[in-house]
Amino acid sequence: MAADESRAGTGREAREAAAERAAIAVRPEEFQHGSSSKREKVFELNGVEVLYSGVSAVKGIALDIHRNDVTALIGPSGCGKSTLLRCLNRMNDLIPGAEVRGELLYHGEDLYGPEVDPVQARKLIGMVFQKPNPFPKSIYDNVAFGPRILGRKEDLDATVERALRGAALWDEVKDRLDSNAFGLSGGQQQRLCIARCIAVEPDTILMDEPCSALDPISTGKIEDLMIELKEEFSIVIVTHNMQQAARVSDRTAFLMVELDADEDNRWGRLVEFDDTEKIFTNPSDQRTEDYVSGKVG
Amino acid sequence: MTRAGDKQAPEPAGDLPRRLRAPSPRYGEKAIQGLLALCGILSVITTTAIVVSLIGPTIGFFEVVSVSEFFGTEWSPQFEPPSFGVLATVAGTLNVTLWCMLFAIPIGLGAAIYLSEYATARVRKTLKPTLEVLAGIPTVAIGFFAVTFILPEIIQPLWPGDFLGGATGKPFMALAASLGIALMIVPIIASLSDDAMSAVPRGLREGAYALGATRAKVATRVVFPAALSGIVASIVLAISRAVGETMIIVLAAGSTPDFTLNPVVSIQAMTSYIAVTATGDIPTGSIAYKSVFAVGSVLFLMTLAMNVISIRLVRRYREVYE
Repeated sequence: MAADESRAGTGREAREAAAERAAIAVRPEEFQHGSSSKREKVFELNGVEVLYSGVSAVKGIALDIHRNDVTALIGPSGCGKSTLLRCLNRMNDLIPGAEVRGELLYHGEDLYGPEVDPVQARKLIGMVFQKPNPFPKSIYDNVAFGPRILGRKEDLDATVERALRGAALWDEVKDRLDSNAFGLSGGQQQRLCIARCIAVEPDTILMDEPCSALDPISTGKIEDLMIELKEEFSIVIVTHNMQQAARVSDRTAFLMVELDADEDNRWGRLVEFDDTEKIFTNPSDQRTEDYVSGKVG
Repeated sequence: MTRAGDKQAPEPAGDLPRRLRAPSPRYGEKAIQGLLALCGILSVITTTAIVVSLIGPTIGFFEVVSVSEFFGTEWSPQFEPPSFGVLATVAGTLNVTLWCMLFAIPIGLGAAIYLSEYATARVRKTLKPTLEVLAGIPTVAIGFFAVTFILPEIIQPLWPGDFLGGATGKPFMALAASLGIALMIVPIIASLSDDAMSAVPRGLREGAYALGATRAKVATRVVFPAALSGIVASIVLAISRAVGETMIIVLAAGSTPDFTLNPVVSIQAMTSYIAVTATGDIPTGSIAYKSVFAVGSVLFLMTLAMNVISIRLVRRYREVYE
């Protein structure tokens, strides 16, 4: 498959990207889409607006998400980070009254095109949620769920083991695959959800505040895991934790709440999108600086 | 510091424990607790009273009729000599219940899955109360509907010829009662199962959708199993209603005890025997009178056994979430 061929070139690509980033970091006028513009794009968003029952939740979002990057979406509560994330695998379709406008390309194809099947899109773009949500089934059945419902004819045992190893959970659960997933700790449950997600072999994983319900040690494990996973997958993560964004992400988008003149309506707006290092050390926008330095929260 | 704290500051230290004491004995609180406990205990007392009232005449019945005769299949207490084979009426009850459930469970569960997984909020808001109204229709009305509409307009035209003896020309049959009861029971299964499935956390559904599951897979592989205990409970409640249903069977199924599960014959169920006999002209203390209690005891034991089994089932198969 074409996807696998391009994955092989990851190492070289990453080095090139790093060099490119270093070169661009000294160009402050590069505000958006500044760096690594030659790399393969997983998502390209242009003027994306999401509305719930006709009311905007986010507006005017333009950003590119690159293959094998961890892209972080940060910003205060209500700025539409999660809303934006849920557009990327058409999870918003499940919410009555939700509507997406603007251009949202996935590998160059319109994700909201009339031919696109949202179920198919979600196979390729997996998601991990804020609260660990394992199914009330055994650990094995949780991981095997995806391949089973998709009717994949393959060696399930091998798939389950590979996915659990991929989520750094195998050694902890290999002796109790048949026990209920609810017997696991919160952090293990979340890694199980990651395993469940990668068992379907997506190319992108969306993570909606995956560590907000976890203790620091579990959080650390998941952060390490993300850095490993980006070798194979592209990751988009929404987080409230700025240190987390700084630790794990390559690129960071900062969103903010914007009000209209009479303050009746509020929506999220992208303020700045750049390399993580730049966002946290030398942001172009004063509002970004105030936020990442903790002056406003 | 609050103002109250300032006020209390000058009090001598020796008074401190008094501050922590209740200002009044709070008799009202105790009275309410007692009253509520009484309400709880009342149901236990009632059940016990029913069992006790059944026991006396039942024992009297078995002084006359042997246990082996009681478990025969010929029920004709009014004939001479009378025969008390209760299995004929047990079969009548099972006959009606079985065919009723055959229709009610799939339709009820289908409706529940539609309501909880497919229907839009607006459709659900109209459909569910409408469905529930159906469960509230007096059973005598449903029984009448079964005899005057379901039997002549649905069963007889659709029944395949002489199959199982044929349906034409019969004024009563078990199947008419079964379908009438199904009408009443579908809303129970649908509404309670829908409640159980709607209570499944949204996160589970989203988790499945995010793996590329279709709506049907989410409903059948995630929501349905997670709600199984509630669904089983709704079915058991529905079976209990069917087993205990009287009026529809009296009106639609006739009163001919028959040891069969054939749906297109007239039968007599345990409940309809009790109703017909108890309202008939029977001297207190006669064997026919006592037989009503004996049949009542069997009915009681059957429903009890069913509830015990269902509790076991629910405990064993439920998928606990959270």
